Amino acid sequence: MTIADPSLPAAKTRPPNVYVDFCRQQPLGAVSFVIIFLMMFAGIFSPLVAPYDPLTIDFASLLAPPSADHWCGTDAYGRDICSRLIYGSRTALVIGFTSSFVGSTLGAILGIASAYFGGRIDDWIQRFVDILLAFPLIVLALVVVAAFRKFSVGGVDVNLIVAIAIPILPRVARVVRSAALSVRVMPYVDAARAAGYSHTRIIFRHMAPNVVAPYLIMLTAFIAQAILAEASLSFLGLGVTEPTAAWGLMLSGNAADFYRQAPWMILFPGIAISLAVFAFNLFGDSLRDFLDPRFKL
Amino acid sequence: MKITRRTALQGTAGALALGLGGFNFDFTRATAQAPAVKRGGNLNFAISAEAPHYDPHASDTYATLHLAAPFYSTLLRFNLSKFPALEGDLAQSWTVTPDLMSYTFKLHPNVKFADGTAFTSADVKATYDRLRDPPQGVVSTRKATFGDIGSIETPDPLTVIFKMKAVNAAMLEHFASPWNVIYAAKDLAENPALPRTKINGTGPFVFVEHVKGSHVAGKKNETYFKKGFPYLDGFKGIFTLQAAAMLNAVQGGQVLGEFRGISPAERDRLVQTMGDKIRIEESSWTLNLLVCFNVDKKPFDDVRVRKALLMAIDRWGGSQGLSKISTLRSVGGVVRPGSPYATPEAELVKLPGFAKDIKKSREEARKLLKEAGHENLSFVLWNRNLAMPYTPAGIFLVDQWRQIGVTVEHKQSDTGAYLATMNAGNHDVAIDFSNLFMDDTSLGLAKYLSVTRSPENRSRSKDEALDKLYDDHMRERDPEKRKAIVRAFEKRLFEQAYQQPLLWWHRIVPTHKTLMGWGMSPSHNLGQQLEGVWINA
Repeated sequence: MTIADPSLPAAKTRPPNVYVDFCRQQPLGAVSFVIIFLMMFAGIFSPLVAPYDPLTIDFASLLAPPSADHWCGTDAYGRDICSRLIYGSRTALVIGFTSSFVGSTLGAILGIASAYFGGRIDDWIQRFVDILLAFPLIVLALVVVAAFRKFSVGGVDVNLIVAIAIPILPRVARVVRSAALSVRVMPYVDAARAAGYSHTRIIFRHMAPNVVAPYLIMLTAFIAQAILAEASLSFLGLGVTEPTAAWGLMLSGNAADFYRQAPWMILFPGIAISLAVFAFNLFGDSLRDFLDPRFKL
Repeated sequence: MKITRRTALQGTAGALALGLGGFNFDFTRATAQAPAVKRGGNLNFAISAEAPHYDPHASDTYATLHLAAPFYSTLLRFNLSKFPALEGDLAQSWTVTPDLMSYTFKLHPNVKFADGTAFTSADVKATYDRLRDPPQGVVSTRKATFGDIGSIETPDPLTVIFKMKAVNAAMLEHFASPWNVIYAAKDLAENPALPRTKINGTGPFVFVEHVKGSHVAGKKNETYFKKGFPYLDGFKGIFTLQAAAMLNAVQGGQVLGEFRGISPAERDRLVQTMGDKIRIEESSWTLNLLVCFNVDKKPFDDVRVRKALLMAIDRWGGSQGLSKISTLRSVGGVVRPGSPYATPEAELVKLPGFAKDIKKSREEARKLLKEAGHENLSFVLWNRNLAMPYTPAGIFLVDQWRQIGVTVEHKQSDTGAYLATMNAGNHDVAIDFSNLFMDDTSLGLAKYLSVTRSPENRSRSKDEALDKLYDDHMRERDPEKRKAIVRAFEKRLFEQAYQQPLLWWHRIVPTHKTLMGWGMSPSHNLGQQLEGVWINA
């Protein structure tokens, strides 16, 4: 057994760096974050990154294979697939992130409210959630997108965002409710009640900050599902319309006619979708492992 | 081996002899081995769009006709084996006076509607009265083509006489229009709009059911007036709104054909995968897509804006590229390219929107937009969500207009909503279509008449000069003079730029080789009664 010599200077301890810790503890999470970062960079700076305009038709380069001029080849209209993938990341991220954020946030509010009020309100909310949970995500999104008239704001398809957000809502509500149930019985919530604070103040000031970890994890995980749902709906002709650059759309239309002749038309969008979904899922898992103290035991 | 002129000539002669010999041999063998008709069985075929309603009088989409045609009859019809010759359908015989002012039809006796009502000349009169002068709330899409009928007389139950107030040289062809199906007078008296929702005809098949999004089914009309027909026991038209689903259905044998038409790539896929089991028939098509501006909406009430947008389109380059990936092919004016009244290319290139020097044309287009104060124009392009060829046309147009600085939002919708939006005049700019069943200009030009005369004019323009030119050309019997009027009509239409053909289509129809008796033609509106169709299984 050694005893520290008080005459020796104390060992230098570096202040904890959450980012470095995350990279050390979750290397796959860090890799997936890099992929997500690259996607976001490509999406935000598409006009600077993309070698060609994604909408420009060039019949002279119709179905050209990958080459130095067109890294991922061209489609049936001679449009550069690489540029369409880069611009497509913008569509995927905007729709994926917005619908996941809207669905998760509304779901979290509903979950906390359900846990906080309890009783009949909780029963009603949970039965409503049960009904929504009975439908698979893509099926419910299909129903919503087909039922409502299409409208867009600033070029963003609001109908599509709502269609994807609605199936996310009950899933988040159920998870957040379970977390909020344990927060509800905490003494500080009782104290807030006793002090006569309003329900809104208790929910948003005292309960919501304590369920933020599961909320963030669900939000990240559902971005992947939302991207996949957007791609699936576009593939089925219910999402964004041509000539918008969108990954799902790039897999449908005449890609189905020409995939034997020009396999790059489906190969690269397929890889992009898989990579994005993989990255968001992995990042969500890593974030959960990193934030949830139970996984550190 | 050195190829001399002599050996080349000998080779050519030999090849021709072999080719012709082979062709003759095949033809003879085909005739000799023509299989005997087999009765019975049910035909499944694909319909790639859902019909907005059941009334062909009020429709110009094939979706209505492919669903409804087997249940109805017309007065005359086109004989597809001798196209464009005519033959009687409900009319047993007919006579026309030399001055073309009176048409007398003798009708088939013992004809019954599906509900058992006896068919008489009163039904023909009621149908044609509805077509030429539709009651309030009823649409007659091709109303303008019946404007010359003065009166309809029915001296006895099996005779109907059309008295004309002016000569219409193509009137017999209009009597053969597949859209002019005969309704029961009793039904129309009960409710003139009834045919939109109820099917009751004298056709070879009787309506069984229509399941929206799934199929329409018909069974053999046991009391059909043409003895021995139809051959089939029934049919099912299956709605395959996705092209991939339709191709898979054809490939897998769930359907034996798609009678509208497929793209070159789809044809190649079927031929590659099905080999000699699939029959492919091709033809030019009496159908074009139109760029249609709603002149009731700003800034499309300004001819400079409309003209600029048309001048930005590189039709000649587009035709080369789009013909490889879609059913769009020929550049043409208001008459089908290659038909007798078509405008020759040398004249066409002088018209706005058809210039071959696209760079110069786009410069002029930019100038026109600047003059009109709409340099940064943006609008919604309304389109149908049929992959072929509406989507390629939409993608092409968006690209063409971007090149003069115009921003376009491309919106696609189901056939019903697409037509309803355009018919209500809620569109800015639309990709419309001109769906003809013959080349005669009395039909082809009618779409461009003032909207008060022609409900299918979705640009909603009113132009008396065009109306007068149309009427003049209808009265003109000298072909050369008539042609000159058609040219003047076309020039006026394109100068005013209300609407303009984008490209004409090319028809490719796939059918299983077991499907017999179906006739190919330049129009997908014809030959859909299916009475002579049978399955050689």
